[in-house]
Amino acid sequence: MMKRYLSILLMMFCFSAQAELTIEITQGIASSIPISVVPFEFDGTLTDDVDDIVRNDLERSGHFSLLEPDDMLSQPQHEEDIYFTDWRLLKQDFVVIGTIKQLENKQYQIRYQLFDVFNEQELLTQTLKGNATQLRDIAHRISDAIYEQLTGIRGAFSSKIAYVTTNSQRTKFNLSISDSDGAREKVVLSSKYSIFSPAWSPDGKRLAYVMLEDSGSKVYVQDIATGKKQLVSAHKGINSAPSFSPDGNKLALVLSKDGNPEIYTVDLKTRHWTRVTNHYAIDTEPNWMPDGKHIIFTSGRTGNPQIYRVNITSGYIERLTFEGSYNARARLAQDGRFLVLVHQERKGAPFHIASLDLVRGLLQTLTSDTELDESPSVSPNGVMVMYAAKYNKRSILAAVSVAGDVKFLVPSKNGDVREPAWGPYLN
Amino acid sequence: MELNKLFAASLLSLAMVGCASSGGTTDEAATTDAAVEESQTQGVPGSRDLDVVTEEQAAMAANSLLEQTTVYFGYDRSEIRPEFKDVLNAHAEYLVANPQARAVLEGHCDERGTVEYNLALGERRANTVKRYLIVQGANPSQIESVSFGEERPAMIGSDESVWSKNRRTEIKYQ
Repeated sequence: MMKRYLSILLMMFCFSAQAELTIEITQGIASSIPISVVPFEFDGTLTDDVDDIVRNDLERSGHFSLLEPDDMLSQPQHEEDIYFTDWRLLKQDFVVIGTIKQLENKQYQIRYQLFDVFNEQELLTQTLKGNATQLRDIAHRISDAIYEQLTGIRGAFSSKIAYVTTNSQRTKFNLSISDSDGAREKVVLSSKYSIFSPAWSPDGKRLAYVMLEDSGSKVYVQDIATGKKQLVSAHKGINSAPSFSPDGNKLALVLSKDGNPEIYTVDLKTRHWTRVTNHYAIDTEPNWMPDGKHIIFTSGRTGNPQIYRVNITSGYIERLTFEGSYNARARLAQDGRFLVLVHQERKGAPFHIASLDLVRGLLQTLTSDTELDESPSVSPNGVMVMYAAKYNKRSILAAVSVAGDVKFLVPSKNGDVREPAWGPYLN
Repeated sequence: MELNKLFAASLLSLAMVGCASSGGTTDEAATTDAAVEESQTQGVPGSRDLDVVTEEQAAMAANSLLEQTTVYFGYDRSEIRPEFKDVLNAHAEYLVANPQARAVLEGHCDERGTVEYNLALGERRANTVKRYLIVQGANPSQIESVSFGEERPAMIGSDESVWSKNRRTEIKYQ
């Protein structure tokens, strides 16, 4: 397949001093949809450029190629000003126009319309309201709606990501959350201790994570809005790898208090612990399946790490990966049809992110440009995988589509970024 | 044992592993791993001839072994490599001779592989050392183990010379 390299550096956070991440698209799909998002009408200046955010969202998805506003023959803001022949001439399939009005009480009203150029027909229109700080949320919601209208897949631009940043001396660690484009970074927790394995609660309100203190690893759950953190697990030995149950009431995690790492579940209200695995090899990296009845995990029981699925009630264990010398840290995508995981083809080969089609049994390596790829995390719509990797000797975040056809890098301006966790839908 | 002595010992042990690449013995990891692994999984030559050393020399040798507080592992491995058995025997003897002594064994990994799997692997590296010391007579209550996974590297970098220094268990007396 023809791969098209865009190599566009998009600076996305002109107005946010805290933001550290940038997006660099390295590969989009060959058959991307040509679309124009015309600058929205507004009399005055705004802190966030709504149509610019929409253009960046759609471009980053890899499914669209966006026409630069400077290349437009005209910039209509109202339906009656659209000359469809202009857009046909520019080989555009779709056009988005919009207007922003300032209302009383510092509120803004944003109205946009999506048109099919060929049929000269309106496909979608919405009117949204919010204050200045909500303009970015509104922009992402517009992107979500356009994406869903044109691809049939729910958009995930409104979702958040969590990740850990660290300085090069590894003496300071920040657990942060941001928009899925890296904007509006907010530090949730700062520590001199290493923080890893952040996991979102299904409602997006809490984060579970591991803090590696001098006495060993401990698992905490923190409320994002209040910042209040709760110690969940501090047993003797390893306390690690938390994963929320689909109902948000339990955590699956790893304890080694019995002598070696085993998968446990704990009810967060009753603190009732249940042991799930029992094997002398390493069992770790549990991830709860959407049915709530199974957990996938990594085990070294055949001598090297492979992915397994356990039925929580019966304890029945099934091996899922057979190809490669190292398969670990699996996450489910698209309602459990795919696994994405860290894959090493053979000893000494590079670590990359791979997908495994559980129905067809097909393993596909998705990444190639980055090194030491790890910590894959899937977007809530199951389309993209964000992961951590080494690139130019630094730890950065990068993303690749589950289909392998879209890629982008998310380098930070300073320090290392690790351990991404893509949050759930928030509405 | 003084802490600064231990610190010097850990530096010494780093230097020793640096010299070890010309040795003759191989372990399982060296024969099964990729070529890049082989250069560092080979052991120190078994040159010490105990038959001819005096008692005083033996005591000095034991001391210098005790000053080595780090043992290293093959990639994705947690077995004790033969070249570190003398070092661990010396620590076991020290623990037996000093029942009040307490040691924490810190297991570490290189950066390859996943964070969580490495946390588990680091624990295995600490625990195999712990088991070895216990088999050699140390009291289990004298030894704690903790894993720091790949989170506290001894050296920063992304090549085998760095990775081999990071796959380790450090013995820290309290």
